[in-house]
Amino acid sequence: MRCTEDRGTVKVINGRYRPTGKFHYIYEHSPIFDENGKLMGITNPRDVTHIHAYGGEAQFFESLGKGKLLGTRCDNPHCEAEGSIFMPFRIHCPDCLAKNTVVDLTETARKSATVHTFMITERTGAFNTLPTPIKFVNVEFEGVCTILMGYLSVGEPEIGMRVVPIFKTQNPTFTILDLSWVPAGTKEADLPEGFTFG
Amino acid sequence: MITFSEKQLKIPSMSRPVFLVTGGMSKFDRAIPEKKTEELVIDAFTEAARFIGKTPAELKQYIHSAYYGHFADHFGDQLLGEAVIHDRLGLDPLGNVGIKTGGATGGSTLWEAFKTVASGYSDCVLAMGWERMDEVPTDEGNHYIASAADKDWETPLGHIYTGYYAVMAQKYWQVFGKSEDSFRVTMAEIAVKNRGYARMNPHAQGPKKITVDDVLSSPVVAYPLRALDCCLMSVGAACAILCDEKTAYELTDNPLLVYVAAGSHTLRVADRRNMAIPLLPNETAEQYKDLGERFPGGDRYPGFTGFLAARMAAYYGYRMAGVTDPTEDLDLVELHDAFTISDIQTYEDIGIRPYGEGRTYVESGDCYHTNPHTGKPGKLPANLSGGLLGNMHAVGATGIMQAIEVAQHIWGRWAEMHADPKKWEAFGRQKPEDWTDLQVKGARRGLAISHAGVGSHVTATIIVHPDHQLERRF
Ligand SMILES: [Zn+2]
Repeated sequence: MRCTEDRGTVKVINGRYRPTGKFHYIYEHSPIFDENGKLMGITNPRDVTHIHAYGGEAQFFESLGKGKLLGTRCDNPHCEAEGSIFMPFRIHCPDCLAKNTVVDLTETARKSATVHTFMITERTGAFNTLPTPIKFVNVEFEGVCTILMGYLSVGEPEIGMRVVPIFKTQNPTFTILDLSWVPAGTKEADLPEGFTFG
Repeated sequence: MITFSEKQLKIPSMSRPVFLVTGGMSKFDRAIPEKKTEELVIDAFTEAARFIGKTPAELKQYIHSAYYGHFADHFGDQLLGEAVIHDRLGLDPLGNVGIKTGGATGGSTLWEAFKTVASGYSDCVLAMGWERMDEVPTDEGNHYIASAADKDWETPLGHIYTGYYAVMAQKYWQVFGKSEDSFRVTMAEIAVKNRGYARMNPHAQGPKKITVDDVLSSPVVAYPLRALDCCLMSVGAACAILCDEKTAYELTDNPLLVYVAAGSHTLRVADRRNMAIPLLPNETAEQYKDLGERFPGGDRYPGFTGFLAARMAAYYGYRMAGVTDPTEDLDLVELHDAFTISDIQTYEDIGIRPYGEGRTYVESGDCYHTNPHTGKPGKLPANLSGGLLGNMHAVGATGIMQAIEVAQHIWGRWAEMHADPKKWEAFGRQKPEDWTDLQVKGARRGLAISHAGVGSHVTATIIVHPDHQLERRF
């Protein structure tokens, strides 16, 4: 049974959440018996929708659907980390806590992204929406001091392999899943549905 | 390059010494449908009381505050489960607090308990940890564990925490293991060793008499990791009682000194700027100058090949306890062997071997109870409890179980706690015909490492017999 009927959605109006629809569905408990019919416990079904704020990271997730990869840079001249570029996007510098400057790393990624490490796994947890096997890739970029986790959509990963970003520009999910990676030289026709080079 | 201030690197100090008086644990299993968590917790507490010849009611009279390690509210579907347990243990109205630091929850619970006694706030405290991982099916469980990763940047990627760790394993395997078959065999030897030791432990969930070939032919989970390289998912409880000197000697003639230190590192791997390797007392900067030449790709620190949190826990902990060289100064260790390869990474982080040389701890035979090459006692036996691979990983209890196992050797009471046929029977387990006493003869000092996920939190618990204290030189 799939209870998506009237599933809750939210808007922010005047700085407040305005939820509409259903944010939970009620199910009966069911008893747990052993093989002799002795009561051992009970099930507690639950189906809840949470609301989550992206805050200062919202522009990162919004940009993915527009084919852009944003990172940030500390421009505080008094910071030990001044000039450091962070990807994943950090709203504030982890060293001085000043607000970072947003920088477009799409071209940097296209020109320099390589696989730092990877892993292929058939195993997933509940609620996974990625096709299996999942090919995790941790991607490093020239001039960026951190490493970004993602997944490879075409080909087989190898350490040191050059990759380029692809973006779910059609029907974006507004999650990190809108960003994926493919080996440099992959043709547009070989990209998964909804993805483009941006 | 990140640098740290002297203030940040200060060696932790205590207002007074802290003693481990006793500890106990429940049976561990994948599922224990016949018991509520409070029953498991009472089993552990009762064992701890009996160990020093007290009734639970007598022991309770000494307790002044309580520290509860329970990681996943989701799993138990009970927010503030600590309050339920505190009530069922009949410890109201004493102050209590819940602690959660992922896989290191047990160790962090000891850390909080330790600081409470060291500060003088309490003279006797309870550190109790548990986890109940059997109340959702495995894939929901994997989702819950993955919820402990960054929920915007990592969790949506497969909802599988093993995957977030496995990329570290891959990097270590290629850089330091050089993808060699011989390294793969060394990993398998850890799986064989720890599951074999679990056979001597009545509490253990996953005892197995297996061979290296069994490990190498078990299903691939995420290459090079196979099913038998990965730890258990468990239900159970463990507890420890920590006291100041005066109270400790009221409760027992034989309390042990205990030191606990902690480190942390970003939830997202390699998500901070690089830094120089923080050095342990048995290391020099010189020895790591050519690390990147010897192991191409191995010079990014902390990167994907080591756990900075483990390094920092050892950095603080060794200097607190006066440990200069863990292999020389300690007599046994219990490490967080969540995966065979992370076990090897940890040997390096905590200085049992230098970075890049972790495998030699296994290959030399030093990590065994009895060195298979010489037939003599291993130099620094590891995970005689069976570890997370063979004994259990009931998250909130794990770090406490490790510390109690180490202490039982130093007390010289390991056999007493593992041989009793009544205990095997009570747990519904068959004591093996070839049961072997794994007591480390003359054990004086030991270490337990409790570790979370990809290294977000790690604690080092060092346990020392008061007659064998090390001189603090730092
Ligand atoms: Zn800064």
